[in-house]
Amino acid sequence: MLYRHGTTPVHQLPAQVKVVALLVFVLAVVVLPPEAFWAYFLAGCLLVGVMILAELPAGFVARRLLVEVPILIFALMLPFFGRGETTEVLGLTLSVEGLWGAWTIMAKATLGLGASIIVSATTTVPDLLRGLDRIRVPRVITAIAGFMVRYLDIVAGEFSRRRLAMVARGYEPRWFWQSGPLAQSAGSLFIRSFERGERVHQAMVARGFAGRMPVFGDRPATTREWWIGLAVPLVAVLLALLSVTVLG
Amino acid sequence: MSEPSLEIIDLSFAYPDGRQALRNVDLHVHHGERVALLGPNGAGKTTLLLHLNGILRPASGEVRVAGLVVSDDSVLEIRRRVGLVFQDPDDQLFMPTVGQDVAFGPANFGLDGEELEARVAEALGAVSMLGARERAPHHLSYGERRRVAIATVLAVRPEILVLDEPTSNLDPASRRELIDVLRRLPITQLVVTHDLPFALELCPRAVVLDEGLVVAGDTTVEILTDELLMKAHRLELPYRFDPREQASS
Amino acid sequence: MHIPDGFLNGATSAGTAVMAAGGLGYSIKRAGAYLQESRIALTGLVAAFIFALQMINFPVAAGTSGHLLGGALAVILVGPWLGITAMSVVVIIQALVIADGGVSALGANLLNMALVAGLVGWVVFRVMEKTLPKSWTTVLVSTFTAALASVVASSLAFVIEYAVGGRGNVDIATVLAAMAGVHFLIGVGEGLISAATVGAVAATRPELIAGVEDLDLLHKEKKPVRAGAWGFAAAGLVVAALLVLVVAPLASSEPDGLERVAIDQGFIDSAEDHPLADSPLADYEVSGIEDEATGTRLSGLMGVLITFGVGAAIVGAFVVIRRKSATRV
Repeated sequence: MLYRHGTTPVHQLPAQVKVVALLVFVLAVVVLPPEAFWAYFLAGCLLVGVMILAELPAGFVARRLLVEVPILIFALMLPFFGRGETTEVLGLTLSVEGLWGAWTIMAKATLGLGASIIVSATTTVPDLLRGLDRIRVPRVITAIAGFMVRYLDIVAGEFSRRRLAMVARGYEPRWFWQSGPLAQSAGSLFIRSFERGERVHQAMVARGFAGRMPVFGDRPATTREWWIGLAVPLVAVLLALLSVTVLG
Repeated sequence: MSEPSLEIIDLSFAYPDGRQALRNVDLHVHHGERVALLGPNGAGKTTLLLHLNGILRPASGEVRVAGLVVSDDSVLEIRRRVGLVFQDPDDQLFMPTVGQDVAFGPANFGLDGEELEARVAEALGAVSMLGARERAPHHLSYGERRRVAIATVLAVRPEILVLDEPTSNLDPASRRELIDVLRRLPITQLVVTHDLPFALELCPRAVVLDEGLVVAGDTTVEILTDELLMKAHRLELPYRFDPREQASS
Repeated sequence: MHIPDGFLNGATSAGTAVMAAGGLGYSIKRAGAYLQESRIALTGLVAAFIFALQMINFPVAAGTSGHLLGGALAVILVGPWLGITAMSVVVIIQALVIADGGVSALGANLLNMALVAGLVGWVVFRVMEKTLPKSWTTVLVSTFTAALASVVASSLAFVIEYAVGGRGNVDIATVLAAMAGVHFLIGVGEGLISAATVGAVAATRPELIAGVEDLDLLHKEKKPVRAGAWGFAAAGLVVAALLVLVVAPLASSEPDGLERVAIDQGFIDSAEDHPLADSPLADYEVSGIEDEATGTRLSGLMGVLITFGVGAAIVGAFVVIRRKSATRV
C-alpha cells in the first residue's frame, strides 16, 4: 500500500472529496489537446504544488512513477510503427502522428499517475472505503474490498512463511520449470484462503450477520471541504476548456 | 434461583459423514458463573460451541440460553445472547478498523448513531483497548487482537461469553493481561481451554468432555487433582504444578 | 498491462466504463445469492488471494521473474461470477490504493483483466471440460488452455480498445501481431502455472474447485494424475497449435473490420501501407503462399514450433548441464 502517514491538509480532506477530485482531474487531462504544451506544464505544476503541500518526497513519487514503464515502452514504439507523414529525428525516420501519440500517452499517463499517487499516499484504506460508501459505490464492492484489504497481509504472510521454509531448504528458483513448488504453495494458499473465508463467515453469523453489511459512513464532507478539494481539478478543467477553445 | 444462563439438555449430534460428535450432553451454567470446558483434541468441544449459537443444530436434545430454546425462530436473538469468541482472532476481526469491527455486531442488531458509538467505547474500555479504535486489526499485537475480539462480542451485551482457546499463541505477559480482563468482566463465561493453570485461575468449576460425552464435572481443583481422570482423558498439568497449592494462594 | 490515464480518448474511456459497470453489475447480480448467504467474506478472501498471487514472483529465465494475472485461475476455482467480482475488486483497489492503472481507464482495465479474462477463461474451460473425456488430466489441460486463452483474449481486448480510441495512427495489424505474440508466450507460462495450481488444490481439496462439477470425478479419482514434465509440455504444445489454427486467422481478419470502423468514424484518416508491409512475416502471413488463411495458420504454427523448439533446447541444455555437474559432484 502506498499510504504515507501525515497530518497535512491533503491528508485531512475527506476521502470522498479526494476521489471525486481525482476523477475530475484525470478527465480534464484526458481531453487536453496534444498541442497544448503549456496546459500540460501548468497541470503538472498544480500536481507538484499539491505534492509539496502533502509533504510527499520526490524520490517516493519518482519510484512509484515506474509502474508506467510497460506502457511507455508501448508508447515509444509508436513513432517507429506509425503510418502517414514521417520526419527525420537524429537520423531516424519517425512517424509524425506516432510521435504525437507517444507524447500524449506519456504526458497524460504521467499526470494521471501523479494525481493517483497523491490520493493513494494521503488516504488510509479504511477512510477510502468509507469515502466510497459516501459517494454511493455499491456496498457489495466496498465490503469485498474491505475483506480483501484486511486479509491481504495475512494471505501474503502465509505465503512468505512458506517461501522462507523453501529457501531455508535450498530452493532458489531461477528458471521457469522450477516453478513447481511455488505453484504448489499457490494452491495451498488458495485452500487456506477459502477455509478462512468460511471461518470468517461463521464469526460474522455469530454476531448477527444476516446478509447485509452495515454501513459506517463517516461524517459528510462540508461544502468548504468540497471547494478546497475541487479547486485543483477545477483549474485543470479550466485549462482543458481554454486549450480546446484556443486550439480548436 | 434464577434461570440458568445456559442449559444443555441431552444433546446429541452426528456429522453428515456419520461421525458421532456429541452424545447425551447435559450442562448447566448459572448466571455469573465461570466454567471451564476441558478435554483432549477431537473431544467435541468446538462442535459443542457451534451449537450454542445455532450454527449447528442438535440431532436430539435441546440448548437454552436464558430460557430461550435455540430454534430457527429464535436464532438471531440467541446470537445476541451468546457471545462466541473464536480461536483465531484474525477470523473474528474482519473489518478494516477496530472500531468498525466492534460496531459490526450491535449494528446488525439495529443500533446506530450515538448509541452505537457509546457501545463501541464501552466494549473497548472493558478490555482496555479504547486507544485502538481507529487502528487496523493487522497492526495490533496478537494479544491485543485477542482482547479486541472479546470486545467485538461484548459490544452486543451477551448473556454469556463463550471463549474457544483464549490463551493459545499468547506470550506470558499477554496471557496475564487477558486473565485480568476476563476476571474483571461481570458476565457468565464458558471457556474451552487446554491451558489448565489458566482454567484453575479463572474458573471455579470445570467440565471434562471426551469422545462426545461429559465424563466429569466438579470444582476445577478436584478435577485437576484426580490423577486417574486426568490420565484417562489425556489431560496433563505443567511439570511440578500443584493445583491445591495454587488454589489456596 | 494496466492502462493509464490518457491512453484512450474520452469517448472510449466513457464507453468502456459503461460496459464494465454493466458487466460488473451483472456479475454481482449473478453472484448475488452467494454473496447474500455466505460468500461475501469468501469473495473478499479470494480477492486477497488473487492480489497476493500477483505478488508472487515466479522464475522465468536466468533469475528474472514474472507474476500471474490470475483471471482464469480465479473463475476455475470459484466459478465465473464470484471470480469476476473478486478480480474486479482487485483491479479497482489497485487503481485507488497503489495507483496502478488510471482512474479514467478503470473501465477498460476492468473490461480486459476481469470481464474478458474471466469470461473467456470460463467458457474455454467449460467447453473443453464438457467435450473431452472426464478425467483430472482433462481438468488440467483445460485449465492450461483457459488461462492461455484468457491472457491472449485480454491482450486482444486491449488492442481493440487501442484501435477504437488510442492515439498514434499505427497499423493495428502490427500492434495486434506484437501484442498477441508476446501475450501468447506469457499465456503459456500463465497456463502451466495455473494448471499446476489447480492440480495442487485437487490433490487435497478437489471439492473446492468450482469448475469441476462432476461428482464421480471427485469421488472416484481422489488424486489427480500428475503428468510428467514432458507429458505436460507435449499437451501444451498440441493445445497451443490447435489454438493457433483456429484463432490466428480470426485474429488477422479482425483488425481489418475494426480499421474500417475506425476509418468510418474518422479516427484514422488514411490507410497507407505501413513501413513493415514487405517484411516476410508482415500481417502474420508467410510470403509466397496464395491462400491467406492457410498462410496465417502456417506462420502461426511456425511461431509456436520455433518458440517451443527454442524452449525445449534451452531446457534440454540445462538438464544436461545439471546432470553433468551433478555427476562431477
